[in-house]
Amino acid sequence: MSDKTVSDRSVSDRAAPESGPAASSATAPTGSPRPGGAWALLVSELTVLFRRRRTWALLLALAAVPVLIAVAVRLSSQEPTPGRGPPFLDQVTQNGLFVAVTGLIVSIPLFLPLTVGVVAGDTIAGEAGLGTLRYLLAAPAGRVWLLVVKYIGAAVFCLAATLTVVTAGVLAGLALFPVGPLTLLSGDTISLAESFLRALLIAGYVTVSLLGLSAIGLFFSTLTVVSVGAMAATIVLSVVAQVLDSLPQLDWLHPWLFSHYWLDFADLLRQPIDFTSFGANALLQGGYLLVFGALAYGRFATKDILS
Amino acid sequence: MTIAARAGDLAIETRALTKRFGRQIAVDAIDLAVPMGSVFGFLGPNGSGKTTSIRVMLGLAAATSGEVSLLGESMPGRLARVLPQVGALVEGPAFYPFLSGAANLRRLDSADRAAPGRSRRARVDRALDRVGLSNAAGKKVSAYSLGMKQRLGIANALLMPRRLLVLDEPTNGLDPQGTREVRALVRSLAGEGTTVFVSSHLLAEVEHMCTHAAIMSAGRLVSQGTLDELRAGEARVRVRTPDAAAAIRVLAAAGLVAELESAPDERGAESFSAAGGSSNRPADHWVSAPLEVPAGGHLAEEDLVAALVAAGVRVRGFHLQDTSLEDRFVALTGEGFDVVR
Repeated sequence: MSDKTVSDRSVSDRAAPESGPAASSATAPTGSPRPGGAWALLVSELTVLFRRRRTWALLLALAAVPVLIAVAVRLSSQEPTPGRGPPFLDQVTQNGLFVAVTGLIVSIPLFLPLTVGVVAGDTIAGEAGLGTLRYLLAAPAGRVWLLVVKYIGAAVFCLAATLTVVTAGVLAGLALFPVGPLTLLSGDTISLAESFLRALLIAGYVTVSLLGLSAIGLFFSTLTVVSVGAMAATIVLSVVAQVLDSLPQLDWLHPWLFSHYWLDFADLLRQPIDFTSFGANALLQGGYLLVFGALAYGRFATKDILS
Repeated sequence: MTIAARAGDLAIETRALTKRFGRQIAVDAIDLAVPMGSVFGFLGPNGSGKTTSIRVMLGLAAATSGEVSLLGESMPGRLARVLPQVGALVEGPAFYPFLSGAANLRRLDSADRAAPGRSRRARVDRALDRVGLSNAAGKKVSAYSLGMKQRLGIANALLMPRRLLVLDEPTNGLDPQGTREVRALVRSLAGEGTTVFVSSHLLAEVEHMCTHAAIMSAGRLVSQGTLDELRAGEARVRVRTPDAAAAIRVLAAAGLVAELESAPDERGAESFSAAGGSSNRPADHWVSAPLEVPAGGHLAEEDLVAALVAAGVRVRGFHLQDTSLEDRFVALTGEGFDVVR
């Protein structure tokens, strides 16, 4: 959580015109277009996103997941039995770092898609609902650039969300359990420093996993002015995809579902690291981004803004 | 003057601009010509297609057919070049309720690529000052009143120096002071050379601030021109007299087509009897005629009165009525209160 505050602060500082590197690099005279003026909207988007109380509420709810797990395990008198409860739960008492991993595994099916659905579903529909969309476009922000900025905002939120779970998990683990060199699934042992890197790598994997869902949310968001509708549709779709992924009768469909590789980050806990599932996941998410990005563009580029 | 330069004389020009939603025609082939430097009133009853026209002009909605050019550039093709020079208030203000007034303006300003980030804070402060919101700059917009939001919306249109301002119902929700301030603001902006295009259903507002106007009715542009052109030839002479027939003859002799007004003016009759007139006097009638000055000639109102009196007409009232924009508006858009569509 603490790193979040710092990045938020630096963003809003850059938005301030009198100070910061952006101001000194702006050399064009007042009133004439200067290159890079378009980035101001991205900075503003991130500032607004992370200044919203709703964003903080979502991140706090996510942070609560690993903390609750850690506290429950710590307070419970009996050791977690291997094979019961979420994967890695039994390892938590040996090494507190596993709180972060368990927290992610618990959050992936519902909590993370939920928060991402809220942010991605709100991107365009939220602006349309407030009426600010017409003022952004009349500024003019440019429709394509606005879509890109909105998507980047959603992607940054995905990263913030997974980092929040991991950071809260690591902190809770450090506070409540012994932490030391980590024994991997392959039996090798890595240093504490390297295990932090592995935790970040897993956060990166989960972030990439959510990029396809973000693109779907962006597309739904261009269809309506009621952002709750776009949010709900995105979240429902993420649940449907996981249900379909669990039906063996639909084997042929599974590799095409955006949720198919969501939990396959165990390969990152081996020595040497196996990047196969990371690559397959990235490719799949890239495909979803391309398809739903194109759909969103097709819908939004010519849409009549009547809200 | 070349043709290109002539085209540049118009700040907004539409040719047969049409916008259809399904089967309904919201804007029906309008040819709008807004001269550079004018304060142009865009009048029409609710639902007559004003806001839809503005949306199409600003590239928010696509025209079904027809063309639009803003500041001499075709829209929406040159949107990225034109819109930074256009400040807009479209269908009421809209803001992020969880941000302060100043933060809202900085946000919307950052969407304009032509707006330099270095001067953003100063420009926002100046715009807020111009609409009298400096003291509320740090307040969240959710705590703003309707009038304050309206002012903030106008401030948003003033963030950059603009060549054209499009203000849709700018005085909506404002108190009388606010309305006067907006009028003064529009005048001072026009004085700086900005073309101001104001849509309104408030006729008095347009009569107070505008040099030109256009009137919309049910999606059609029914009239446009300078205010004087719109009102031209519509002044009327009204005579109150019991000798209606004689009055009509005298007026006809002066070249006016007079007629007896159908309903006796009740208010006039009441005030007359209240003034102590005897009750058995013959009832008064109003005779009226459009005051058309003969070509090259001169028609003085006092001569008409003299002629009437000389002919023995008992003139109990003489009234020269300039047509207000309201008369013209009602004549063009109809009397009914119901929304046309």
